Amino acid sequence: MTNLSAIIAIAFRDVTKLLRDKTRILASLVFPAIFIGVLGTSLQANLQTGLSFNFLTFVFTGVLAQTLFQSTAAGIISLVEDRQNDFAQELFIAPVSHHTIILGKILGESAVSFIQVLGVVAFGLVIGVPIVLPKLLLLLPLAAVISFFGGSFGVLVMSRASEQRGVNQIFPFLIFPQFFLAGVFSPIRELPLPVLIASRLTPMTYAVDLVRSIYYLGDPVFDEVVLFNPIFDLGVVLTVSVVFILIGTHLFVQNEKKR
Amino acid sequence: MPRHPNKPNQIVVVDQLVKRYKKASVNAVNGVSFYVEKGSFFALLGPNGAGKTTIISILTSTLAKTSGTATVAGHEVGDDPLGVRKNIGVIFQNPSLDENLTAEENVRFHVSLYGLYTYRPAFRFMPQEYRRKARDLAEVLGIQEQLFDPVKSLSGGMKRKLEIVRSLMHSPKVLFLDEPTTGLDPISRNNLWQYLQGIRQREKVTIFLTTHYLEEAESADYVCMINHGRIVAQGTPRQVKEELVESYLELDADDRRRLESELNHHSLRFDGRGPFRLPLQNGSAQSIISRVKTPLTVLSIHDPTLEEAYLKIIGNSSQPVS
Repeated sequence: MTNLSAIIAIAFRDVTKLLRDKTRILASLVFPAIFIGVLGTSLQANLQTGLSFNFLTFVFTGVLAQTLFQSTAAGIISLVEDRQNDFAQELFIAPVSHHTIILGKILGESAVSFIQVLGVVAFGLVIGVPIVLPKLLLLLPLAAVISFFGGSFGVLVMSRASEQRGVNQIFPFLIFPQFFLAGVFSPIRELPLPVLIASRLTPMTYAVDLVRSIYYLGDPVFDEVVLFNPIFDLGVVLTVSVVFILIGTHLFVQNEKKR
Repeated sequence: MPRHPNKPNQIVVVDQLVKRYKKASVNAVNGVSFYVEKGSFFALLGPNGAGKTTIISILTSTLAKTSGTATVAGHEVGDDPLGVRKNIGVIFQNPSLDENLTAEENVRFHVSLYGLYTYRPAFRFMPQEYRRKARDLAEVLGIQEQLFDPVKSLSGGMKRKLEIVRSLMHSPKVLFLDEPTTGLDPISRNNLWQYLQGIRQREKVTIFLTTHYLEEAESADYVCMINHGRIVAQGTPRQVKEELVESYLELDADDRRRLESELNHHSLRFDGRGPFRLPLQNGSAQSIISRVKTPLTVLSIHDPTLEEAYLKIIGNSSQPVS
């Protein structure tokens, strides 16, 4: 009872904070708007010739996965901010384990990223991205899996951090290269060997490919757009999530207590 | 040296506690032993850096100790931190409220975190028992009007009271207060103490206070002074004061020469050349005054304060001992 109740409370706190922060809601739409509205449309206009699939839809599905992954990861990192604001004292003095706190945080930030993705979808529809809505509904359960994956990545990043400023400096270096290596904006089937290796080692690659493997399932262009079988992608995402969470939580707990 | 370790009336027992921080060359807490009786008001005093916050962090299970034992409400802090946490409330040096939420939302978050009630997204959906308890406590502390205001709009004193409301929601056996009045103006400080004394009577909770405002510890049942991680004095405030500072009678007269010769005549020991200070250990003020016939302009009994005792002890132990 304690743990479940605590997880729900921690998660609700994150959602409440998001809904009260209009600047953050707006800011969360800016990146996807640039990626889809500017980058996607301009690439489509210039590169569409010779492609058998719609480029804008390709970028849109990539941005969906990237938003879920990145938003949850960034949200988890706010635990470091809580620690600096002294609010963490209230969290860490409660009779619940650190695992419970982290799980609650992942659940809350997943809900936050899901709300943000709804905004991205609405934006996509407004600017006329060719989206098959029933296919988007298939992605609903995946959204939870990818948010969890992003959350576990966030736990690993913040586990040894003691200051928000430090994490804020490191985080862009860890996240932005993933946009390109994961093929959010461009196909990555064919790549020079060193980039290919980096791409296949990038966690976000499997998040993006998982979304596309479901969205394009049964589509004639499946083989051109998707890298791996959805079961393989799902297996990688779940396995790596568990590994990140276990290592990240262990390091985080050690860092908290053994000062 | 706990005097009667682990007796049923002892709610906090600390024995030979040692803490050395990573990369530190000396111990922050160096073999400290004391106990706190159930329902009492215990004050841990000492200058900044003496080890007060380290001890409170260990007792509240947020910091690992290096050696020794510490039990709170029967639970050893290292072996059973969750058992400790269920039985304590903590008011930290810096307010640990979420500024993005309202006062009540902070309380609701707390009770859900402690597993008392399942979180519901609005106050009106919470069980009646929770609503009544939150309102009652807010009323006792005088913040019922602010219960639904955003925390960021509350004053420092209000925030402190809100933290007390929050920490009492799970009916803790021990309430730890780590320099709770730092940064508050004298009126808010006084106000907060009045409420805390009331809460102590009402909730029958043990209060464990650290402070460097010595007057706040005057009403404690037991004080423990530490410096450089070691205990330098402990006892009731009266014991500590009497051991270290003398009570004296202060007399003065327009005719100081006559008063002085009268005191000498009666073989009364005194200091000063006017006003005259007469130690009170060996005779009551009454017996001294009855012998003085010189018309007096000043007549007062000086009772030592904890602050004087503290200055004497901390001054004497200013050399690091570890």
